[in-house]
Amino acid sequence: MPMKEIASWALNTAKSRGASFCDLRIVDERNRSLATKNGKVGHASAAETLGIGIRVIAEGAWGFAATDDMTRGSIERTAAQAVAIARSSATVKQYDVKLAAERPAVADWSGPCAINPFGTSVEDNIALLLAVDKELTSVKGVTLAEANLSFRRYEQWFYSSEGADIHQVRTTTGAGFAAYSFHGTEIQKRSFPNSFGGQFQNKGYELIGELKLVENARRIGEEAVALHSAPQCPQGVGTIVLDSSQLGLQIHESVGHPIELDRVLGMEANFAGTSFLTLDKLRKLKYGTELVNVVADATPAHGPGLGTFAYDDEGVAAQCTPIISNGLFTGYLSSRDTAAMIGQERSGGTMRAEGWSRLPIIRMTNVSILPGEKPLTFEDLVRDTDDGLYMQTNRSWSIDDKRYNFQFGCEIGWEIKGGKLGRMVKNPSYSGITTEFWNSMDAICSRDQWTLWGTPNCGKGQPMQTMGTGHGAAPARFRNVEIGSAYKGS
Amino acid sequence: MLNKDKAQRIFETVRKFATADEVEVLIAGGKYALTRFANNTIHQNVAEENYICSIRTVFGGRTARSTTNKFDEESLRRAVADAEAISRVQQPDADLAPLAGPELAPKESDSPSRHFESAAKLTPEDRARGVHGIVEIAKQNDLTAAGIFSSSDSAEAILNSKGLVAFHQQTSAEVSITMLGADSSGWQKFNSPDAAQVKPLELAQTAARKAKQSAAPRSVEPGKYTVILEPAAVLDLIGFMFYDFAGQSVLDERSFLNNRIGKTLFGENITIHDDVRHALQSGAPFDGEGVRREPVELVKNGVVKNLVYARATAEKMKKSPLASQVGEVRVTGHGFALPNEMGEAPMNIVLAGPAAGHAKTVDEMVASTERGVLVTRLWYIREVEPYEKMLTGMTRDGTFLVENGKLAGGLRNFRFNQSLIEMLLNVEAMGEPVRASGEEAFDMVVPAMKVKEFNFTEVTKF
Repeated sequence: MPMKEIASWALNTAKSRGASFCDLRIVDERNRSLATKNGKVGHASAAETLGIGIRVIAEGAWGFAATDDMTRGSIERTAAQAVAIARSSATVKQYDVKLAAERPAVADWSGPCAINPFGTSVEDNIALLLAVDKELTSVKGVTLAEANLSFRRYEQWFYSSEGADIHQVRTTTGAGFAAYSFHGTEIQKRSFPNSFGGQFQNKGYELIGELKLVENARRIGEEAVALHSAPQCPQGVGTIVLDSSQLGLQIHESVGHPIELDRVLGMEANFAGTSFLTLDKLRKLKYGTELVNVVADATPAHGPGLGTFAYDDEGVAAQCTPIISNGLFTGYLSSRDTAAMIGQERSGGTMRAEGWSRLPIIRMTNVSILPGEKPLTFEDLVRDTDDGLYMQTNRSWSIDDKRYNFQFGCEIGWEIKGGKLGRMVKNPSYSGITTEFWNSMDAICSRDQWTLWGTPNCGKGQPMQTMGTGHGAAPARFRNVEIGSAYKGS
Repeated sequence: MLNKDKAQRIFETVRKFATADEVEVLIAGGKYALTRFANNTIHQNVAEENYICSIRTVFGGRTARSTTNKFDEESLRRAVADAEAISRVQQPDADLAPLAGPELAPKESDSPSRHFESAAKLTPEDRARGVHGIVEIAKQNDLTAAGIFSSSDSAEAILNSKGLVAFHQQTSAEVSITMLGADSSGWQKFNSPDAAQVKPLELAQTAARKAKQSAAPRSVEPGKYTVILEPAAVLDLIGFMFYDFAGQSVLDERSFLNNRIGKTLFGENITIHDDVRHALQSGAPFDGEGVRREPVELVKNGVVKNLVYARATAEKMKKSPLASQVGEVRVTGHGFALPNEMGEAPMNIVLAGPAAGHAKTVDEMVASTERGVLVTRLWYIREVEPYEKMLTGMTRDGTFLVENGKLAGGLRNFRFNQSLIEMLLNVEAMGEPVRASGEEAFDMVVPAMKVKEFNFTEVTKF
């Protein structure tokens, strides 16, 4: 059955029931997930899900209903249910929903995928993970080795009562590993190439070769063990250099979330929280130093990030929105209704849903800090640092519900003395206030040091939705930072 | 809706397609609806219906799972083929247990009833009426309300080729409310399988009172304070330790209980059970293999007594050098659906209150405190250090200074860095355990607690 015909059942029903607007997404999703632990397969699964989510406006209020039953009767019932839900929403409202105008698009787009990951053999996938495992467990002192691999194919058909007709296919690949070492009264952990399961991008199996998992396994295992003998991270105020993955998470928490316009407008107050970035701060707040340039870029030109697409889940074309321009706060992440609320002409195109059964909400696309314009390698940056700490790979992350006070812990740290990397330190952590922190950044490495990281596990919304977001970053230096904060008073 | 007969028919279809030595089918799903409000307006309002069929095949020590939400024969045939294909290419795992036999499933007479018409029949109009009442209370107090009112009606079945059948139906209703003032907020949340137990207006009144009382918050220096943690704050903290009570976690040496089982780790007043049949608990009385969940005494008077075990983990532990150091090793029915790396976890925690007559209300705890902090709710808690169970996080939505036995106004929010072990050594008073719900951990039955020397390390600017 053509998807367009299925969509017409919903669109016609919504209209006949009195909806002033309707859009819908039919999603066909496929996943493979494999993991090994200490020389054995720990997890091996495949999954597929297909369904339709229908969103309507009736009597000036939103309604949404979703079903896995793709028969005509079910879809018409579900569309009618969405309208009935919208009418119940309309009984408790202070305003009517208005949408920023958007020209309905007709498009067909597929993200990059040179090697179809689902075409690779499970046997080979497991062999790769076990090869990593073997390297990790060959290191004396590694007490637990874990490696994982996951693939996702996400195909979506979007239609709206305004005439949009958009078909998109995205393929996501991810992989990583971790080594644990338990000794005495301490559990240490090292992950590669990042925590949270490693690196994830919207591309095919070609990513796996780029990650060089086996080649890095022994070193990571050795670092996990060596941390037991390393001195504790000192406490005090000083200079830190963050690796690009940690800076990616720093951006996620202290830039990406506070710029979500639904948070700013109070719509997430009960769960995810609000934002310190009230509307009066737009184009007035000095968010960071002149070196701080952040964009929210969903366009394929930015790279195969987890926030890359051609159209968002409201049918708005992918855009690059300047968020921080030479340190000045210049933009929010918006949707069609929140854009209209603040008088913005057009949505920034950031609405995404976890799957067919969830309502699209504002999500980070690829919120990335741009690399420095002058050539600066990581080695140059260290050479230019007299006294500081280099921190790698996130271990803990926490920020308040307005996204102002944060504290991060990393898996490993290294002293920088006289322009050289020195001793390893364990349990490094730092804390700060968002704007003070970004106003202390005085160096960032250039494009050749920049990585577009994937954060696969961003939680937001009620019911909770997990979404992948992209964050490009290069190693950067921050001055006068509170270091060792996690161990204050202990 | 899914029922036992329908589940049996689906299983028979799957079995028809399977060539594996053994096959297990998990069928789950139902209806879920959530009405979300903010700025005194319903701004999101959703409903979904979805069921999954998750098939696990076993070929001589090799297993894998494939899941679909389509129940036509072709989809089920494909799912079986996927599971079998992934199973076949693995090396046999001697630790993989054969499928559980029917004698391990809970009897129907032993399964608590957690399906209530009051929740199953909630309509969008019912939820909107509830939200309307909450918003009216907000307006009466010059506040704005944000939150949710949700309901669900779901079922879960596990069947396998050994003849095991386990089936559970459950409903749920939940309300969470944040009342916002100009510079303050208050929060309340409650859920139950029985919608009649959920009182949106009472929750709204309490949240509104907290928002009003915490207006014009002041900043006090961070440091070690006596804190009174309401039940939601208690559960969000202690929730970080229960995955460490898995036998597999101890075998993997990633548990903070390694080398600590049988020792006094917490205060004498700390006793914790896992008990799915507790009257205030929820969830299915069987685990991911369909095995009956048994009550387990995890901590008694501060001493860590036992761990929980899936079937395979129990066998591994019995053969391990750790076997003599970890209390009673037995199948407790806490396994996750296989295959998985984590093994199991206790998910029906009941933290016992004090002896009869010694429980204190939050008001009594405040009255007995010369200087301290009353905490409604915590936020963004993360583990900083796994063996000492050092946690960081923030206070949120109703943090109060306590002086001379009285609330002395709202406080700007604190960041804490606190060892959970130390916290449970420093509990000075507790209330009656209640069913509580937070945001960082699963629901539990826990009391409010008064804790000395809680370590606040920073204060934020609001």
